[in-house]
Amino acid sequence: MHIVVCIKQVPDSAQIRVHPVANTIMRQGVPAIVNPYDLFALEEALRLKDQFGGRVTVLCMGPPQAEEALRKCVSFGATDAILVTDRAFAGADTLATSYALAAAIRKIGQEQAVDLVFTGKQTIDGDTAQVGPGIAKRLGMSLLTYVSRIVKVDLDGRRIQVERRAEGGVQLLDTTLPSLITMLEGTNEMRFATMDDMLRAGRCPVKRWNKDDAGIEDVSKIGLKGSPTVVSKVFGPTPRSEKADMMVVADTSPNDVCLNLLQKIFTAQPTLEQETVERLSA
Amino acid sequence: RNTELPEHLKCYKGVWVFIEHDRGHVHQVSWELMGEARKLADKLGVDVSGVLMGGPGETLDAFAKEAYFYGADHCYIMRDPVLKGYRNEPFTKGLTDLVNKYQPEILLLGATTMGRDLAGSVATTLGTGLTADCTELAIDGRALAATRPTFGGSLLCTIMTLAYRPQMATVRPRVMRMPRRDETRTGDIVEMALGMVETDIVTKLLSFIPDAERNDINLAYADIIVSGGKGLKTAGNFKLVWELAKVLGAEVGATRAAVQAGWAENERQVGQTGKTVRPRLYIAAGISGAIQHRVGMEGSDVIVAINTDANAPIFDVAHYGIVGNAMQVLPVLTQAFRTHLAKRIRKVA
Ligand SMILES: Cc1cc2nc3c(=O)[nH]c(=O)nc-3n(C[C@H](O)[C@H](O)[C@H](O)COP(=O)(O)OP(=O)(O)OC[C@H]3O[C@@H](n4cnc5c(N)ncnc54)[C@H](O)[C@@H]3O)c2cc1C
Ligand SMILES: Cc1cc2nc3c(=O)[nH]c(=O)nc-3n(C[C@H](O)[C@H](O)[C@H](O)COP(=O)(O)OP(=O)(O)OC[C@H]3O[C@@H](n4cnc5c(N)ncnc54)[C@H](O)[C@@H]3O)c2cc1C
Repeated sequence: MHIVVCIKQVPDSAQIRVHPVANTIMRQGVPAIVNPYDLFALEEALRLKDQFGGRVTVLCMGPPQAEEALRKCVSFGATDAILVTDRAFAGADTLATSYALAAAIRKIGQEQAVDLVFTGKQTIDGDTAQVGPGIAKRLGMSLLTYVSRIVKVDLDGRRIQVERRAEGGVQLLDTTLPSLITMLEGTNEMRFATMDDMLRAGRCPVKRWNKDDAGIEDVSKIGLKGSPTVVSKVFGPTPRSEKADMMVVADTSPNDVCLNLLQKIFTAQPTLEQETVERLSA
Repeated sequence: RNTELPEHLKCYKGVWVFIEHDRGHVHQVSWELMGEARKLADKLGVDVSGVLMGGPGETLDAFAKEAYFYGADHCYIMRDPVLKGYRNEPFTKGLTDLVNKYQPEILLLGATTMGRDLAGSVATTLGTGLTADCTELAIDGRALAATRPTFGGSLLCTIMTLAYRPQMATVRPRVMRMPRRDETRTGDIVEMALGMVETDIVTKLLSFIPDAERNDINLAYADIIVSGGKGLKTAGNFKLVWELAKVLGAEVGATRAAVQAGWAENERQVGQTGKTVRPRLYIAAGISGAIQHRVGMEGSDVIVAINTDANAPIFDVAHYGIVGNAMQVLPVLTQAFRTHLAKRIRKVA
């Protein structure tokens, strides 16, 4: 079985700070990590490799330093790693990103056919959940988003069965390989890296592909030029103009404060009181 | 880089809303979007249309009627046995064909598991821009200005699709207000055939397992929410939140910190990586008001905050602030509501 797992290197958002005056992101010193959602995809792919044998190729589009994120994935057990990196990819939105990644996956498939492509549910920076569906459409693969469990894979029959989280329930879907799966978070737990894999990760030659290596046919479809969305402005949230009506417990008794608050709430929301009474009486 | 709208795309007109429905119910996010679509269309001087796709047994005409009440002028309906239950392939083809034929300038979808799956696919087949999880939609010039939080909610950015059509956007449930329902409004229906048969579709929907249990926590659409944060300090103290919620017939919410402490289920998390809520009343106890929490609840009608720190950022979004110890205030507040409401309930009975 040959599986490609797409991973993105993202800034650790827990450590992102915004400049209070300029409203710009202060990137200095913010560590870059593998997008946390992608690890669920990687672990699921590794489990299939354990079961069926074969290869797991991790693929990332990003700047040269994203190589580190790919090595991290190799340390968990990925077989090989490809970094698609070229100045021409800069400024890509999701449409341009899925175009570039789909081209690279097609290229990877020329060496050995790809049975499954995995992505995370979404990233923690762009946070759109659009790249997975985009890749699937471009490659003509069946799309399985928000997968919570892989029920079974029939490699010879070329079919796969999964549970997919939908609104208010779970869909049981059966489809043909190759398919693209976006894996739901919390569905598995990433294994510990073994000493062997950690050593291998250090030595592993991360392949670097520029736009030609990645098989990009139409350069007008990549990077900023290939991106229909345009960021027109970035700004900080506007603080609310009206101030809160403040009551301090220390100044009076808690009972007075609470009775006062209750009156104020029901005066501000006259129908809420009636509705609450009706709900509670029902 | 091309930011000019090419001549051949200038004929794209109108604002569309994809109406999501499942097992006989329209997802409320579709009506929330209809309200926004109406405002955008009025600004542009164009019509609003709803798109309904489903199986022959489904009440699409009744949904269309509802769509008119909430602001639609027309509905495009696609009925086909293969459209019973959501599957990506037939819905992607259907929506792509409708857009190519009737050429709307704006297409809005809910940012649900269905809407995101479909929007990401259709934007790719149409080769156009898609802005995810918008919190504000406006018209700038003649183009859609879609604003969304970035970098963990600490900043906002406005994204536009200038040289491509349609301009697509998704919005999470509850982010926009429900529009007023006007039962005098009517509209017309345009039907289009899908032109696909079951054997064309590789993905089979074998079954749907509804989760009864999960539906019990309907945070997004609760009228009153009592939320607790790390300031409550222990799981035992967090029970005070439950007690107030019970007296009010409210849902319980929590911050990520409280969820991570194991005091409340994942489904109860309010905020950027949890649920967006818009209750009539939101009571926040022991919550600092981090931006990631605020983006999920600042649309609430009345916000009450209880915090020992008079400078806590939660007071910047609160309408009523109580500076005090939640462990002391919550039981008193619970008792005050209990007594007050009991009197009213007795009157009703
Ligand atoms: C704050 C912010 C807001 C943005 N808003 C939008 C927007 O509304 N619309 C839009 O079109 N673009 C938007 N972008 C641009 C978008 O983030 C980039 O196009 C990005 O390359 C991919 O999108 P994503 O991060 O949302 O990924 P998602 O679609 O959320 O990612 C899903 C999965 O795809 C895979 N993946 C994504 N990127 C890569 C990669 N570079 N290499 C390998 N695998 C990858 C991962 O497995 C990931 O889990 C935004 C960017 C930022 C920083
Ligand atoms: C990418 C990202 C996504 C996130 N998503 C979310 C999200 O979706 N939802 C979310 O909630 N958070 C989210 N967070 C976390 C968020 O940044 C905050 O850490 C979190 O909201 C803080 O929770 P808290 O207010 O309960 O705790 P704290 O920040 O610890 O605040 C506790 C508050 O309680 C007050 N207090 C202390 N004692 C008392 C007392 N006796 N009585 C009354 N008040 C008292 C304190 O003054 C303080 O203000 C996210 C963070 C990141 C980086």
